Amino acid sequence: MREPLALYIHWPFCAAKCPYCDFNSHVRERVDHAAFAAALRAELAREAARTGRRPLASIFFGGGTPSLMRPETVAALIADATALFDPLPDLEITLEANPTSVERDKLRGFREAGVNRVSLGVQALEPESLAFLGRRHDAGEAIAALETARAIFSRVSFDLIYARPGQAEADWRAELRRALALAADHLSLYQLTIEPGTQFATLHGRGDFRLPEGEDAARLYTATAEEAAAFGLLSYEISNYAKPGAESRHNLAYWRYGDYIGIGAGAHQRLTLDGEIIAARRHRAPEEWLLRVQRDGHAVVDEQELSARDRAREALLMGLRLTEGVDPARIEARSTMPFAEAVDLRMLDSLAGEGLLAWRDGRLVATTDGLLRLDAILPLLVN
Amino acid sequence: MTDVPLDRIRNFSIIAHIDHGKSTLADRLIQHTGAVTAREMKEQLLDNMELERERGITIKAQTVRLNYQAKDGLTYTLNLMDTPGHVDFAYEVSRSLAACEGSLLVVDASQGVEAQTLANVYQAIDANHEIVPVLNKIDLPAAEPDRVKQQIEDVIGLDASDAVMISAKTGLNIEGVLEAIVTRLPPPKGDVNATTKALLVDSWYDAYLGVVVLVRVKDGELRKGQRIRMMSNGSVHTIEQVGVFTPKMVPVDRLSPGEMGFVTAAIKTVADTNVGDTITDDRNPATEPLPGFKPSIPVVWCGLYPVDADDFEKLRESLAKLRLNDASFHYEPETSAALGFGYRCGFLGLLHLEIIQERLSREFDLDLIATAPSVVYKIRKTNGEEMELHNPADMPDGSVVDVIEEPWIKATIMVPDDYLGPVLTLCNERRGRQIELTYVGNRAMAVYRLPLNEVVFDFYDRLKSVSRGYASFDYQQDGYEEGDLVKISILVNAEPVDALSFMAHRSAADRRGRSICEKLKELIPRQLFKIPIQAAIGSRVIARETISALSKDVTAKCYGGDITRKRKLLEKQKEGKKRMRQFGKVEIPQSAFIAALKMDA
Repeated sequence: MREPLALYIHWPFCAAKCPYCDFNSHVRERVDHAAFAAALRAELAREAARTGRRPLASIFFGGGTPSLMRPETVAALIADATALFDPLPDLEITLEANPTSVERDKLRGFREAGVNRVSLGVQALEPESLAFLGRRHDAGEAIAALETARAIFSRVSFDLIYARPGQAEADWRAELRRALALAADHLSLYQLTIEPGTQFATLHGRGDFRLPEGEDAARLYTATAEEAAAFGLLSYEISNYAKPGAESRHNLAYWRYGDYIGIGAGAHQRLTLDGEIIAARRHRAPEEWLLRVQRDGHAVVDEQELSARDRAREALLMGLRLTEGVDPARIEARSTMPFAEAVDLRMLDSLAGEGLLAWRDGRLVATTDGLLRLDAILPLLVN
Repeated sequence: MTDVPLDRIRNFSIIAHIDHGKSTLADRLIQHTGAVTAREMKEQLLDNMELERERGITIKAQTVRLNYQAKDGLTYTLNLMDTPGHVDFAYEVSRSLAACEGSLLVVDASQGVEAQTLANVYQAIDANHEIVPVLNKIDLPAAEPDRVKQQIEDVIGLDASDAVMISAKTGLNIEGVLEAIVTRLPPPKGDVNATTKALLVDSWYDAYLGVVVLVRVKDGELRKGQRIRMMSNGSVHTIEQVGVFTPKMVPVDRLSPGEMGFVTAAIKTVADTNVGDTITDDRNPATEPLPGFKPSIPVVWCGLYPVDADDFEKLRESLAKLRLNDASFHYEPETSAALGFGYRCGFLGLLHLEIIQERLSREFDLDLIATAPSVVYKIRKTNGEEMELHNPADMPDGSVVDVIEEPWIKATIMVPDDYLGPVLTLCNERRGRQIELTYVGNRAMAVYRLPLNEVVFDFYDRLKSVSRGYASFDYQQDGYEEGDLVKISILVNAEPVDALSFMAHRSAADRRGRSICEKLKELIPRQLFKIPIQAAIGSRVIARETISALSKDVTAKCYGGDITRKRKLLEKQKEGKKRMRQFGKVEIPQSAFIAALKMDA
């Protein structure tokens, strides 16, 4: 069987670096759009030559801030991808956008380029929180951008960051209800985490603010799921909520440990080639990435075959984030390792006995309690 | 060499409290007599081992031969014996002292006499030493030579009016020390024509020479090619080399009465060379050995386990290598449900234990866990059988135990009277019985009998903390006594953790049990499950704590294709788990064990 593909395209530029963000994003005065577009297309062509024609399930423009891309770049990449691969009839093409007025005005152009789903980085609806998070839009702009997006796209998602310093549960519930009323079919609701190397890491490290932890964070998480469910959005991954059928197909490809191509600075990929799963990563620095693509046709810096053990670990650590859990047969097929070797079965029983894991229809799932503690479960469960 | 007449030899040791300047003085004496060039001089020449240097303590005895031209125009051979400086090595110290006729008593002119000084000076007096008091650090503004002289007279009963006033650090009056050695210490006695008797002072393993034996010849002589016999075990060896330390090893033709030096004789392990043994001539042996020989018996035992189970073999090899050079340390294999495969090891005392542990980690790069140190209990069972208990885990069921006896010590503590109250309280809490309490100026000297069991359990640390570091402490063993002792088991998630079980007096059982449960509660990170922690005597629970379950631990954001990073994180977590010990479904990080075992209450 030919493993369907997901295609990730990274645009590494942002208008400003947000203090919480540890993604590969860079602020540049001027970007040579034509050169970056050509280089992205070159990397895409190279990967397509290696994989051959495969079914294409999704394209995702991420970043950085891909809404800063020129719509014609997006159009060209979509045209290339759909020509080089066999697009599935319901091909999902997502683009991440910031809800500033400038980017809102570009949404129609992206639609015309072929994008059929947008994911807006709203992050908060409270002015103070937006300022704290370093966002360059206000709540009004966010709501306007959402309304525009809904008018243009049939599928709209947005992100919110919660468990912010001092955030009370009641306040968060109210803010979230306002967001839910904006009628997206998908929401990504992340608890704020402090990532090393970010501005927040410095501020948090010196004690400028504290985040809700332990019980408090757990309560906020439960409140979030309740509010989302009241609007018909069900949790399908630890931080993702969707109306049934509106789940992000692209992100599901990661979580289900499917094949994906990742092009652009710092992008990662996993490709099955001749029965091996090859992991690859591209140079993170945009200019160096560009230079290498121009010189070598690609900017892969680290490429290796994954061992059966690594595959099993990756498939499990991604898959167990989903409420649907993992199918042991799928783990075995992807890893070439017996499930009984991939996990510690005795520990599995013990964790199931504690109500943290469960078997549902032949699939191993983390229960709600288990999902909340998944990082502690994985090292016990996974061999 | 070396036909130095007896009356031109002086054998002496230096007695001092740690930090009072023994090693610095030794260095100055060596420098002053030109035994080493300035280029060769490093601080604390005699303390060879890295560990000795760092802690400023001497573990092995060493000698250095100094040639000194005195004011009377004659050249004297001065043999400086550097002795181990800690209570754990009291027997070794006594043998080093037995090799000398006199001692320098070095006292810090501002600190005064300390407990350790006292214990060693009494040993020197027992060894019939002539003792020359030396006041060091008299250049310091805080120096109070008159007060300290008075203290030496009051506490030790030595005439200190002629004390030599020096500063070892600046080199002030080193000449005065050398003259005092020549004029005030007696020369050795001995008969070159009598049957050979040499005192085995210490020995160590050298990779090239085999075992090097440090000796003091009493009668007769030792020379190359001679067949010698160890009187304690009858083993016979042929001398390959005799020599002296300058401090470099310099071969000589023979060692005569009164002389100190070394012997090598293709001896494979120091276990064949017992400290305090008498070396004699195999063909013409002495009938009586020199007095005072005692085989070394460990008084403190603990389990040593590799943190990484794969290191077990390495631990075995390392222990064997250490034992090559330190026969006073014993080991036997042991297994623990909690800690896996390891060794039960016996030591002369707590410092000895720490030194071995540190050497294992430093020289052999081993990461180890040590269980709580245990003393040796004597148990009489109801059926009349007797046994020695080295490990609380081996404690027979209470119903078959008739009597448990525990070792006691006699401890001497010196402390400024400001801190006397808390020190006495501490001794009383530890079941101490006061024998004597005297004052010298504003310093008190308390002599207590204490169960050793109470001392191995964080006594030093507590003493230091209640006296702000001003108390000094020394002890000697003082027999066995019956005690109301119980074994306390620690249960984590209802499973006993053998490595944490310990013996305690019944009166302290509740307190100790509670304190270890509280400590573990702090140390064991929250996990996926609620974890009960209990302390129990037999089946009776005496203390209980509960670690509540982890409420949330999950990465919020996990999209984007960088699965590698997540996998690496998982691998790191799993690597961390290697350092965890599994108790059913509960994992205890080793750091928790180590901290619980260290317990500074």
